[in-house]
Amino acid sequence: PCPPLTPFPSAPLQDIRNTVGNIPMEWYQDFPHIGYNLEGKKIYKPIRNKDELDMFLEKMENPDYWRTVQDKMTGADIKLTDEQVDLVQRLQKGQFGDVHFNPYEPAVDFFTHEVMIHPVTNRPADKRSFIPSLIEKEKVSKLVHAIKMGWIKPRKPKDDTPTYYDLWAHEDPNSILGRHKMHVPAPKMKLPGHEESYNPPPEYLLSEEERLAWEQQEPAERKLNFVPQQYRCLRAVPAYARFIHERFERCLDLYLCPRQRKMRVNVDPEDLIPKLPKPRDLQPFPTSQALVYRGHTSLVRCLSISPSGQWLVSGSDDCTLRFWEVCTARCMKTLPVGGVVKSVAWNPNPTVCLVAACVEQSVLLVNPCLGDKLLYGATDQLLESYEAPEEERVQPVRWVAATTEEHSRGVRLVVQHSKAVKQVTWHGKGDYFASVVSDNSNLQVLIHQSSKRWSQNPFRRSKGLVQCVLFHPTRPYFFVATQRYVRVYNLLKQELTKKLMTNCKWVSSMAVHPGGDNIICGSYDSKLAWFDLDLSTRPYQLLRHHKKALRSVAFHRLYPLFASGSDDGTVIVCHGMVYSDLLQNPLLVPVKVLKGHAITLDLGVLDVLFHPTQPWVFSSGADGTVRLYT
Amino acid sequence: TRRLCILKGIYPHEPKHKKKVNKGSTAPRTFYLLKDIKFLLHEPIVNKFREYKVFVRKLRKAYGKSEWSTADRLKDNKPSYKLDHIVKERYPTFVDALRDLDDALSMCFLFSTFPRTGKCHVQTIQLCRRLAVEFLNYVIASRSLRKVFLSIKGIYYQAEVLGQPITWITPYTFAHDHPTDVDYRVMATFTEFYTTLLGFVNFRLYHSLNLLYPPKLDGQADAELKPAEGKEYAMDSESYLEKLSALSASLARVVAPSHEDEVEMDEFPVEGETAEQMDQRKKEQEALEKHKKLFEGLRFFLNREVPREPLAFVIRCFGGQVSWDKSLCIGATYDMSDPSITHQIVDRPQVEQQVVGRYYLQPQWVFDSVNAKLCLPVANYFPGVLLPPHLSPFVLEQEGDYVPPEKLKLLAMQRGEKPDEESEEEDEEEEEEEDNNDKEEEEEEESEKEEEMKLKKMEEQKTQNSKVLPVKVTTGKLRLEDKQRLEQEQQSEEKRLAIMMMKKREKYLYKKIMFGKKRKVREANKLAAKRKAHDTAVKEEKKKSKKA
Repeated sequence: PCPPLTPFPSAPLQDIRNTVGNIPMEWYQDFPHIGYNLEGKKIYKPIRNKDELDMFLEKMENPDYWRTVQDKMTGADIKLTDEQVDLVQRLQKGQFGDVHFNPYEPAVDFFTHEVMIHPVTNRPADKRSFIPSLIEKEKVSKLVHAIKMGWIKPRKPKDDTPTYYDLWAHEDPNSILGRHKMHVPAPKMKLPGHEESYNPPPEYLLSEEERLAWEQQEPAERKLNFVPQQYRCLRAVPAYARFIHERFERCLDLYLCPRQRKMRVNVDPEDLIPKLPKPRDLQPFPTSQALVYRGHTSLVRCLSISPSGQWLVSGSDDCTLRFWEVCTARCMKTLPVGGVVKSVAWNPNPTVCLVAACVEQSVLLVNPCLGDKLLYGATDQLLESYEAPEEERVQPVRWVAATTEEHSRGVRLVVQHSKAVKQVTWHGKGDYFASVVSDNSNLQVLIHQSSKRWSQNPFRRSKGLVQCVLFHPTRPYFFVATQRYVRVYNLLKQELTKKLMTNCKWVSSMAVHPGGDNIICGSYDSKLAWFDLDLSTRPYQLLRHHKKALRSVAFHRLYPLFASGSDDGTVIVCHGMVYSDLLQNPLLVPVKVLKGHAITLDLGVLDVLFHPTQPWVFSSGADGTVRLYT
Repeated sequence: TRRLCILKGIYPHEPKHKKKVNKGSTAPRTFYLLKDIKFLLHEPIVNKFREYKVFVRKLRKAYGKSEWSTADRLKDNKPSYKLDHIVKERYPTFVDALRDLDDALSMCFLFSTFPRTGKCHVQTIQLCRRLAVEFLNYVIASRSLRKVFLSIKGIYYQAEVLGQPITWITPYTFAHDHPTDVDYRVMATFTEFYTTLLGFVNFRLYHSLNLLYPPKLDGQADAELKPAEGKEYAMDSESYLEKLSALSASLARVVAPSHEDEVEMDEFPVEGETAEQMDQRKKEQEALEKHKKLFEGLRFFLNREVPREPLAFVIRCFGGQVSWDKSLCIGATYDMSDPSITHQIVDRPQVEQQVVGRYYLQPQWVFDSVNAKLCLPVANYFPGVLLPPHLSPFVLEQEGDYVPPEKLKLLAMQRGEKPDEESEEEDEEEEEEEDNNDKEEEEEEESEKEEEMKLKKMEEQKTQNSKVLPVKVTTGKLRLEDKQRLEQEQQSEEKRLAIMMMKKREKYLYKKIMFGKKRKVREANKLAAKRKAHDTAVKEEKKKSKKA
């Protein structure tokens, strides 16, 4: 109800009503006129020559300036009357334009809930209100049919049982089924420790490095799944951002994580340690280092001792053999041999004073000329008493008598092999000795008889790289250790008696018990295998005492002791009691770890050897020393 | 099937022989027991789920065709299912249900803090809130709360219900920023089961205390509450849950509480139990009773900046009376100006207008007191004071574990000693000593020779202190030590040798155990060292400030 503002009653005298209609007046911007009046004449724009200053002056001086507006249609200034100003103000307030309009007239409740005596309308009722509706009937019949056919179910009665009731009113022990006994309950969430507190003790806060380490760890690997933090007061504690995550992960764990009953091993670690007899009860055995034999300038590869236990011979990489007096550690004799000494063996026969040594391609038989003059004289005589047989025999080696110069130094015989010799070992009687050649053919092992200067090759075929060989101390058996197996041959019957599986990767050394029924094998994979020949071809026990490769093993001749030397620079002495009762298994107890050798070039102990009568052990090492432990 | 697995509590199993089951491969796969899957097939609720699926399909179709009447009719016949029998099946006895309540409570408390929009149904949230509040009211009525812990994740509570420890965590009351990588449907399924379980458990718990369920406020308290709130809360039904959640009024009982119920139980000596054990048990019982009445007779007032619900819950659990500002929440029983208030919990740096006759304390005092089972000295908890560390009550230190010094102090206090003064004195002494040392050090810095001289002097002093001729004493001691050391060495060597003879498997086990032990020791040492470094740093700072 707002009257249009264009036909102003304030300008009735000159009717300059514009006839252009409701168009944007910008269209006439560039013309001198602004439209056309009723008679079709142009309405010219009023002449405007007021500049800003005039406008300002008018604003200041004209008291009606605020109620003056410009008529867009005619371009003339119009002063609003009081009623018009009033109207504008009312509209601005959101009131009705008409002053006299009352928006809050009392309502007439026409269709009232009270029953009136007169009808609201006087219209008579329709005819259709008296007759039943066909459409409705159709609909009803459809519904009835649907109900009949079971398509529509009548409304179910609301079930009025309470939502919660005493579910466990009758606890039936029969209801505990096998399922419940089988059930693995989910472990409860871990309870929080001090570090989770909002104000933990200061030691639980992470330092800068720990925090960095925490950030770099995989989220699954972190020990704590949050960074401990300290807040001065409870008010400052913020919400934990991963709360929902953690609940969700818990949910996932509950229904996706496989469960398994794990028996917690609740063992006292002390109980796991086997009860062994005390080493003190198993004495005597070497316990401490007594003497150091210095003199070699390079690593000492091999050791041997005279049957009397008075003299010791050692061979070294500095191309010498040295003879020592055991009790004084004095070097009695140095024999330069012009090659690396790989192995040395003193003749076990106490009536013969003879040492066999492997130097490159030959085995030297040396008379050290130590001790009883009669004895070594007899040895020389024994060697010289040899008479060459009439017919020349075909031999795999050449026996050469030493030159005079060599003879003066002690060398008596040289057995020249075709290839380098690695090991030499005497038979217990002191006549035969065996040598091992590093070769891949059947000529690896040779057995020599020193009195007859005769050699033979016992094997027709090679069974692998032979590591070392040994004679049985009492019976005509011969042990040959290849990389993984130890073969036992009967020399009389000339047949294989046994093949022992060492369960090692590479056998390095072997020693036989003076009783002859037990063997130990050291291997480069730091294992020591004890075989009981009567028991089985597999090791009775595998001992993993050393941390590095074993270089040599040795048995004591009288005492139940054996020793092993290894690259880790230690010699471990074990008590190895063999009972004469066949039913009782041997008792193996480590009794002492002997240290002393410095590790040079990653090599520690190269050879170990027991004194023939005393419970002493010698060891030679890569540091160029020989040590005696008593 | 996921929903079924969750509801029925079926979980995968780790097979004993993984290769045997997995056709020789060791690739990680999950295995369910065949029996479990067959068991799922027999579940009647499967059919209900199918019906529901059909219903949803029909409804969608009706909406698509805009057949409103059909849609209405379908909605009227909406199939519903109940989980009662599953609860009963999974937990044949009530104790079983209590044992599994931890997760249910945590989940309900989390869901009750969710906003009423999106994410999950409003009804679920309301139900969770109701059940959680009911449980809190039960804990108050039975006074079974034992431990509280303010962690950075939320607040842990531990209650003991029928001898079962129940631990739950509630988040701090802030708006959640909902993560996007969380499947809310899984959580909703769990919550569905948990609400059913918690409802039944609540029912049973309320009945065990002769309380009405659904809970009603005590008539007297109700009457007190009413006039004050008549104007502000028009709808009685609306304010009911809020009144309940105010936790300030006690609940109505079926039978009026009589003191005869609290007659002490007759004690039957258990066979094979010595008198000492009996005594100990009795003592424990007494301590527990005392703990339950920790705040008896104290009147607390909570300022508006402290979290109202946890504090009100804890205080009421231990018999204290609590109130808060009337504008903060419904259920305030007395005003801040009440002269009988003994403690006012404040969490701002300073308080203006302190009223004489009450302690102004930080909220940690309440929690620490509960955990310590005694009212701690208030001096450490005044507003604006640097708080002592808040320790976890769930950590039970075993031998060899690291124990923070605060815990040691607390243990001493529980034993009835008063270590505070001593330790302070000690501290002072130490400080003095250190001062002396410092002076000495300053002197020492002049030259190294003097230092040597000093060392000699020190030795002399020592010998003088012992007042025995020095030579003899030292030699005698040395010998003794040597003998012991030798013996020790021998023993350790014997042990080493014996370890060498162990079988491979046992050796592995032994090494594992020893490694674990060593790691434990290492960690404890690390913590101790850290603490020491921190303490010295603090001390130095103190000294500096003193000098300044």
